[in-house]
Parts: sequence; C-alpha cells; structure tokens
Amino acid sequence: MGSDNAIEAHDLRRTYKARTGWLKPKRTEVEAVRGVTFTVGRGELFGLLGPNGAGKTTTIKMLNTLLIPTSGTARVCGFDVEKETRDVRRRIGYVFGGDRGLYDRLSALDNLRYFAELYGVAPRDQKRRIAELLELVGLSGREGERVEGYSRGMRQRLHIARGLLHSPDVLFLDEPSIGVDPVAARELRRTVSDLASTGTTVLLTTHYMAEADELCDRIAVIADGQIQALGTPAELRHRADGRRVVEVEAYGVPESAVDALRGLPGVRETAVEARGALQLLTVHSDAHVDVQGDVLRELAGIRLGRVDSREPTLEDAYVAIVSAA
Amino acid sequence: MNVLRLLVVGTLLHIKQISRSPFEIAITLIVPIVQATLAVYLFRAGGEQHRLLEAAVGAGVMGVWSSVLFGSGGAIQGQRWMGTLEMIMLAPRRPVLVILPITIATGLTGIYALLATLVWGRFLYGIRLDFAHPAAFVVASVVCVIALGMFGLLLAATFVLMRNANALANTLEYPVWLVSGMLVPITVLPSWTGPIAAILPTTWGARALREATSGGPVWPSVGICLGISLLCLALGGLALTHVERRARAAATLALA
Ligand SMILES: Nc1ncnc2c1ncn2[C@@H]1O[C@H](COP(=O)(O)OP(=O)(O)OP(=O)(O)O)[C@@H](O)[C@H]1O
Ligand SMILES: [Mg+2]
Repeated sequence: MGSDNAIEAHDLRRTYKARTGWLKPKRTEVEAVRGVTFTVGRGELFGLLGPNGAGKTTTIKMLNTLLIPTSGTARVCGFDVEKETRDVRRRIGYVFGGDRGLYDRLSALDNLRYFAELYGVAPRDQKRRIAELLELVGLSGREGERVEGYSRGMRQRLHIARGLLHSPDVLFLDEPSIGVDPVAARELRRTVSDLASTGTTVLLTTHYMAEADELCDRIAVIADGQIQALGTPAELRHRADGRRVVEVEAYGVPESAVDALRGLPGVRETAVEARGALQLLTVHSDAHVDVQGDVLRELAGIRLGRVDSREPTLEDAYVAIVSAA
Repeated sequence: MNVLRLLVVGTLLHIKQISRSPFEIAITLIVPIVQATLAVYLFRAGGEQHRLLEAAVGAGVMGVWSSVLFGSGGAIQGQRWMGTLEMIMLAPRRPVLVILPITIATGLTGIYALLATLVWGRFLYGIRLDFAHPAAFVVASVVCVIALGMFGLLLAATFVLMRNANALANTLEYPVWLVSGMLVPITVLPSWTGPIAAILPTTWGARALREATSGGPVWPSVGICLGISLLCLALGGLALTHVERRARAAATLALA
C-alpha cells in the first residue's frame, strides 16, 4: 500500500437491504455503489460529482466508517476502514450538508465543547481551538445562542467548525455549501483550499460545477454507483471536445418543442432548466454543425431572451458524461 | 481523567439537552402529581394508610424508570432523528462511553421525578416525610439512579440496532414497574415473576428505597443493586460494541 495515498478505495460495493411490511415482508435491495475504485493523494482535493442518488454519500460513508462495505476494501491514512475503525476515525473529519446533526437545544459553544471532548482535544487546548474555529467560520459573538435559533447557513458553518476541531488529516465534505449564501460560500471555498494547501486531504461532493472546477485537483464523476470519468477538471472538459453548446433563454417552452430539438441533425443532448419565469434551454451539438439556426426555427413563436453559442464548460462535460452513463 | 471528563461533560450536556425539551418539561411537571395521586388512592383504597410514604417512594421510582426507559429509547431514536447519532458514533471512542452519558442523564432527570413525587405527596396529601434511615435513603437514591442508567445502557444497545426503538420502550414500561415491585410488593405477584424480578436491578433499587423508608436492612439490597448494575454495564458495553458493527452493516444509524 502506497503511503502517499490518503484514501485508497478498491472495488467498493454497497447494497442496502430493506424490509417493508410486517405480515408479508417484502425485501427490497438497492445497489447504491457498484464497484468504485480510486485513490486520493495526501493533500489532494478530490471531487465526487454525480446526479442525485448516484452513490456519493454512500461512498463517503463507507470511507468514513459509518457503513461497512458489502464488498471491496478501503484504506484511509493506511488504515482499513472496516477493521481499524478507531484509527481511521481519529484522523478524519466529516461534514455533511443540511441542518441536521447538531444538538438544537444547546448553544454552538456547548456543541463544540462536547465534540471536542469526544474527539479527545486536550482540555487546555479546547478553549483556544474553539475560539479559532468560531472565528474561522464567522460565528464569533453568537456562540452562546441556542442552535435552534440559527439560520441554515449558520448551522452549516457550525458543522464545518465541528468537523475541524481535531485538525483531521482527511476531511470528508458532503455537499458542504448547501444553503450557504454566496459570500459565505466563497469564504468556505477559501477555507477548503487553505486546508488543502496546508496538507489536509479533502474529499468533496457538490452539485455546483463552478465550485468543483475552482477547488478540485481531480474529479470523479459517478452515476449509477459507478465511476464514469476521472481526471483533472481540464481533462474532463475535454470529454466535451468536439461539441458546441447553444443556450437559449425562453418563456413557456412546450415539452413538444424540446422533443423536436432533440431530433434535429447534429444535436446530441438537450436540457431544460427553470430559472424563475424563464427557462434555460441548453443544446449540445457536434462542433462542426451549426444548429443555432435550426434551434431558433423550432422555437419560432415562443418568446425568447438571450441566445448564446459557446465553447463547452465543465458543466457541459459533466452533462455529457452523465447522460452517456 | 480523560474518560471521566468525557463522561461528566457528556452527561451534563445531555441533561441540558433533555431538560430544555418542552415535551420533557411538561411530562416532568405533570407525571409526578399523577403518580403521587395514584399511589395515595391506590393505597388508601387498600386500607394501608400507614404505608403512604412507601407508596409515594414507589411511585417516584416508577418515574425514574419511565425516564430511563423513554430516555434511553427516546434519546437514541431522537438522536437518530436529529442526525446526531451518526456524529457521536463516529467519534474515536468506545460506543459505551458515548451512550452511557445519555442513559445516566436520563436517570438523573428521573431522580427529579422521585423528589417531585414526594414533594407533591407532602403538599397535596400531607404524607409525612419521616424516613426510617434518611442517610441510607439518599445513598439508595443515588445507587438507584446509577442502576437505572446502567440498565438503560443495556436497553440502549438494542435501541441502536432497532429503527423503531419507541415501540419496545412502550411495551417495557408497565411490566417492569410491576415485576420489580415498584408499586406493589413482589409477594402479591404470581410466582413466575420472581426469578425475573430477582435479576432486574430495579427490583433491588426499589427494595432498598422501601427499606430506607419504612425500616429494614438497606445495605444488602444496595449492594446487590450495585452488583447487578455493574454487570449491566459490562454486558451493555460488550453489546454496544457488537451492535455498533451491526448497525454499520445494516445502515440503521441514520434514518434512511
Ligand atoms: N439507508 C438507506 N436505505 C436504503 N437505500 C438507501 C439508503 N441510503 C441511500 N439509499 C439509496 O442508495 C442510492 C444512493 O444514495 P446516495 O445517498 O449515496 O446518493 P447521493 O449520490 O449522495 O445523492 P445526492 O446527490 O442526492 O445526495 C439511492 O438510490 C438511495 O435511494
Ligand atoms: Mg448525498
């Protein structure tokens, strides 16, 4: 086992078994992760991208010891996640998105104190460390308030402070920027990249492509429980080479018009995203075919806003990879 | 030491968390009154007026038991809901050190129920608080809380594994009240309950409290109660380690 790797996952699989009904129990099985292999180097910032239900959280929970893999092995900091659980736990931090996972009726300070104690932070260092982290996540001055009165973003920041209490070598961040305002999200990104540059290994999942593009050294795109592509952001962007993207802002596009676009010669993918009153239509085509004219013809009679033809971004590459899966 | 500190800090914070729940506050305000009343009328009806204090103590112990039962079941379930169960189990500690503060905390909030029942009994029904062995009563109360906390730990092990722990807690409340003679003396119960009662720490705790109240050899009961509690601690600790693994395999630490 190479000691340069902070995380080594080998053919990880995880099946969830569930039983529903009492009298006639029905067994259901979900294959959430189906053979995932990758390594993350020490100090590397590694991104895990993929659609909802792709198996990102399940993968993270196998690596951070919360779930035992159905098969396959993984090591974190050289320790086996299934057998050397406590060695792994001492060295990792885990932050997940959303507003759960905190003692609501306690103050932020009490929450942090308790977890500092659980993680064995030396009593004489606790005060300083907690103050440092409150400062880092911008909660200084509000640490005495009960968490139930916190906004979503404040809870998220408290989560992050908690994950860092024991200065972990490896940090698992599962959608840490959910519900965080843009300014705080930018600070969060800076914090994460600072941590990585000082040697902390970070495994990050996010649905924000720009965030992944800016932060990650390497990215794995996962869909249907399997890795579909793995590489640096630049390498992944190449997956969309040979494509061109037309974006159209429109108001009230009928389903039939989108289907019609999909049938145009040279078109590879189409996507519609609702943005308030308007819809953003994204049409991927072969680079050598200019589909913009055809697209506008199909949309005749519909009120349109900005129309744009551009080079593919990481997000476009992601869409291409995921829709090919 | 390190471990002791963790237990103390954990217990204090869990008491804080529990005692700030509006639901919990309502329960702890009302239940002791109900129990004091129940005890008084049950025993008056039976023509045993001279045993009113004993009855009030018994009712109080029932309160402690309910608190531990719903505490260890409810707290585990509640933490699963809040998403904190995963976070505390993720700490690099033995599971017993993580769960024990929760069950001790519920035992301690339960002692409040005991005291409150006595106080209400005094004010509402004029029960005279003259204990046969006041000092022994205090010691027995403390031991009783510890015993319930440790027994709760053993229960908590099953609750960590079960997604609907509350169902089990509900079915256990009344049988244990009865079998351990918290309210009625064991001698009036059918004989098959005897062996069950003998291994429950609650039986000996309740007995010690009764002896401290109305006279009798308190210390043997206290000793047996402590002994069984320690056994519960050892078993609970082992079970939790096993259960933690099972829970990671079955994915029951989180809600779905
Ligand atoms: N405890 C569970 N029991 C049963 N099935 C589960 C459980 N947890 C997850 N799953 C299923 O496993 C699959 C993968 O879920 P997972 O949470 O890993 O996805 P994800 O990539 O993190 O998605 P998201 O982007 O929405 O967070 C999904 O189909 C999900 O329904
Ligand atoms: Mg997820």
